[in-house]
Amino acid sequence: MQTLYLALAVFLLLNLGAGMWRVLRGPSAADRMLAAQLFGTTAVAILLLLAQAHGNAALRDVALLFALLAAVTAVAFVRRAWEQGASDDAG
Amino acid sequence: MMLVDVLCAVLLIAGAVFFLAGTLGLLRFPDVYTRLHALTKADNVGLGLMMAGLALQAGSWAVVGKLLLIWLLVLLAGASVAHLVASGALKRGIRLWKR
Repeated sequence: MQTLYLALAVFLLLNLGAGMWRVLRGPSAADRMLAAQLFGTTAVAILLLLAQAHGNAALRDVALLFALLAAVTAVAFVRRAWEQGASDDAG
Repeated sequence: MMLVDVLCAVLLIAGAVFFLAGTLGLLRFPDVYTRLHALTKADNVGLGLMMAGLALQAGSWAVVGKLLLIWLLVLLAGASVAHLVASGALKRGIRLWKR
């Protein structure tokens, strides 16, 4: 079972790496924010898999924190950081 | 291998497939609205399937409760992000994709 947990964690990490392409490419700030959201969800899954694989319960608390922060970051982005007109170049 | 292990492995792998679908959607879809659709739905389902698989192996109800709490938080985040980003993009004049 442990091999499966670790293999899936590596697979999700590769997913994250693929998501970096969207951060580089853009084109709008919203697309980059979506990639950040992907990182949040995937990081939660990776942390939970590692917690199960290594029997380390503290990692579940880290995952809980990531889940909390994911909501806060996105709301902060839309309300504060996303300027008007900065993303009109999106196709 | 016991039956529980097989079920857990099936759920975990199904979850990973949904995560792959979400990433592919984020990379391949043409505009921000379709990317939102792929990301906030597929990833949350994938995470839910992984939670179900891990909950089978958890060993105590406290851990199952914590997994459920994490999933609900991620669902809440996904739903609010989808609404806020989509309405923000409309307000800022990002056009809908047409073939």
